[in-house]
Amino acid sequence: MQVTLKILRFDPEKDKKAHFKSYEIEADPLDRILDALNTVKWYKDGTLTFRRSCAHGVCGSDAMRINGRNRLACKELVGDIGKKITIEPMLGFRILKDLVVDMEPFFEKYRSIKPYLINYEDPPATERFQSAEDREIFDETTKCILCGACSGSCPPFWSNSEFIGPAAIVNAHRFIFDSRDQGSDERIAVLSQSEGVFRCRTVYNCTDACPREIPVTKAIEQIKRVMLYNR
Amino acid sequence: MYHKYDAVVVGAGGAGLMAALQLVGKANVAVITKLYPSRSHTGAAQGGICAALGNTEEDHWEWHMFDTVKGGDYLTDQDAAEVLARDAVERIIELEHMGLPFNRTPEGKIDQRRFGGHTRNYGEGPVRRACYAADRTGHMILQTLYQQGIKNKVTFFNEFHLMDLIINNGRCVGVTALDIKTGELHTFHSKTTIFATGGYGRCWQVTSNAHACSGDGTVTAYRAGVPLMDMEMYQFHPTGLYRIGILLSEAARGEGGILRNSEGERFCERYAPTLKDLAPRDMVSRFIYQEIREGRGVGPNKDYVLLHVDHLGKEVIDSKLPDITDFARTYLHVEPYHEGVPIQPTAHYAMGGIPTDIEGRVIIDEKGTVLPGFYAAGEVACVSVHGANRLGTNSLVDLVVFGRRAGQHAARFIKENDYEELPTTPEKRSNDLLRFVEGGAQSGRKESAATIRKEMQECMMTNVSVVRNEKQLLTAMKKLQELRERFTKVGLTDNSTKFNTEKLEVLELGSLLEMAEVTTKGALERKESRGAHYREDYTSRDDKKFLAHTLAYRSPEGSVKELRYKPVTLGRFEPKERKY
Ligand SMILES: Cc1cc2nc3c(=O)[nH]c(=O)nc-3n(C[C@H](O)[C@H](O)[C@H](O)COP(=O)(O)OP(=O)(O)OC[C@H]3O[C@@H](n4cnc5c(N)ncnc54)[C@H](O)[C@@H]3O)c2cc1C
Ligand code: FES
Repeated sequence: MQVTLKILRFDPEKDKKAHFKSYEIEADPLDRILDALNTVKWYKDGTLTFRRSCAHGVCGSDAMRINGRNRLACKELVGDIGKKITIEPMLGFRILKDLVVDMEPFFEKYRSIKPYLINYEDPPATERFQSAEDREIFDETTKCILCGACSGSCPPFWSNSEFIGPAAIVNAHRFIFDSRDQGSDERIAVLSQSEGVFRCRTVYNCTDACPREIPVTKAIEQIKRVMLYNR
Repeated sequence: MYHKYDAVVVGAGGAGLMAALQLVGKANVAVITKLYPSRSHTGAAQGGICAALGNTEEDHWEWHMFDTVKGGDYLTDQDAAEVLARDAVERIIELEHMGLPFNRTPEGKIDQRRFGGHTRNYGEGPVRRACYAADRTGHMILQTLYQQGIKNKVTFFNEFHLMDLIINNGRCVGVTALDIKTGELHTFHSKTTIFATGGYGRCWQVTSNAHACSGDGTVTAYRAGVPLMDMEMYQFHPTGLYRIGILLSEAARGEGGILRNSEGERFCERYAPTLKDLAPRDMVSRFIYQEIREGRGVGPNKDYVLLHVDHLGKEVIDSKLPDITDFARTYLHVEPYHEGVPIQPTAHYAMGGIPTDIEGRVIIDEKGTVLPGFYAAGEVACVSVHGANRLGTNSLVDLVVFGRRAGQHAARFIKENDYEELPTTPEKRSNDLLRFVEGGAQSGRKESAATIRKEMQECMMTNVSVVRNEKQLLTAMKKLQELRERFTKVGLTDNSTKFNTEKLEVLELGSLLEMAEVTTKGALERKESRGAHYREDYTSRDDKKFLAHTLAYRSPEGSVKELRYKPVTLGRFEPKERKY
């Protein structure tokens, strides 16, 4: 099928402002949007710049705005999106070039919630035991691939660059609800700051955006509840 | 820009991160990676990581070792296989202690499941040995190790592209790398360098590998004079999504999934009566190839077979195989609850690579001479623990076992040795290479990188895949030669300095073209069939001539200069015919 890709372009070495450029290409309905971007890059315009690696939705490189919604380009099929496809970098991030955004502040926020198991006891000689039920409680939030689609879809995140954002909260959830972890207090101290979890306005954009189908808003609500309960 | 570190690790997948974790606190270490660590392809691994924990049934590391050696069709070095199988147990426990959320047994232990080629009591039947976290085991390993890296404040140079390995006075003294964001070249002067840059599946048209899997580390070592070992041993995984190659893990068959041909027959039974669908990958790939060749393929072109999990029920599918069934839905619009999923063999894993000993030290000849200061681990390396065919779940173990050993040995080396000087022009080769690529903007350089890549991938898929013969391999050699010549005139349209991904793609293509040639050349000269390397003109294994590792050396012009052979380290298990 014939499709038109309208892509927001920005070259920091040449452009003062981002601008749209359109490309007509032939695509198979089962092609991924990423394939379509590659078609442009490989055969029409080599300067088009975006990140990509795994091409099947597991590495988190290619989150971008596709027809107004944050999606992984490699997880959406051309046939499902339609003949007119508008592609922009995610909002709430600084654009480095075309669809490539600056992920550094995002990862800094991720690091701030101490995303690693904290347990002050010496480990046993075997594995630490955990029941299948306890393991299940935080299953969803272990799926996060740090693509940024949730944070980049969140209105409070757009308007407040200090807001820690849903992705960091999801990763805090992954540990706070892990029965082996003893670092909840330290994480909650971070999340209860003014730019923490209570900035969330329960818009549900994040849940819609998550390519891993993590119930992001629900996870945030669960954390809020723990915090209110602890107070 | 100049940097000085005791240790430089290139690559932040499972192997690189594990190596770096051994060094933090003991030495100053930098990790260079072209992707953010969490984007590494380790994250794509699905099915499991095995160790003889015996959590759900009796198991012993010796059984695991035996399966590894037999699975590798006896090309496996047995000292390495022993280390792998023994150390695996401790490493899994260590990963759990780091926080890895494994699936659990009813008693709360790490759960284990079946996987191809893993057996009880030296081949009697399948055993539950694969530890797993749903079907995103690699994702959880990568996340957990990256999290430990954050906890331990490892220094990362993210989005830095390796350019060159620097050797001076017989020692490895560092690397150069391009900062993708700024386009600036950096020199990292180091006492030790550890390569953990992963595989090169992008040589083929249908592959489970990421775009980033372009063999950059492998080619960089090769260009610096290090030979590459057993490159013809490239694994095709039997179950890639039809035409796209995205992997459907063996876990699907471990949980009871079966393959059927156009007649609805469970054909694996006919070829491997004991293990059936869970025979090792090289074999199942050939079974599929054979079915298709004999006209029992499915679809209008009769060129795929079906993987059925529909009989397992929704609950098993949703709890144990959620991601891979989702791939079938997303990319082929097929519903695995009710129907078989079209699959075909997909280029998956490099058994070969940079030769190392069991400490991860890189060796440069058939006598085992070490290149001091240089280490390799993970898919880029060839220990050789996988021999001619890797068993499922053995790569993830390889990453943590040998990544750790490389890191620990490097820590010792750092203590015992001073820095060796850099050569006078450490950046020369990198700059030459960059000038070549950037020269693509000149008139007269009109060849398209995308077209060359596509032709290479098609050529490799047709001629150097599951079943090989001399005629096809010669055809491939000729075609690759032609492509390499065209590559000297490759064009470039983006002449910016910042985030120039077109330039990176040309560099990656340069790597792939060389990897393709070494693979093909090794395959051409190995006139026998062993593991993943199946020659229809030499159908049996020839232990007299080829119970040996291939070492390929490069000529200054970039083609294979000579092949040498290095004896296999035998041990406990005498080479036998491989039957399942
Ligand atoms: C789909 C899939 C499923 C799999 N499932 C399993 C499984 O269930 N069990 C199992 O045991 N094995 C499995 N494997 C195999 C296993 O996952 C891989 O072999 C392994 O993860 C490779 O890890 P690595 O650390 O060597 O490299 P990778 O994880 O690929 O990491 C390579 C690193 O090197 C960096 N790098 C590469 N080139 C450069 C450069 N030029 N400059 C700077 N940095 C560079 C990258 O940024 C990356 O950080 C699977 C493989 C695939 C593809
Ligand atoms: S390329 Fe990896 S998530 Fe899309």
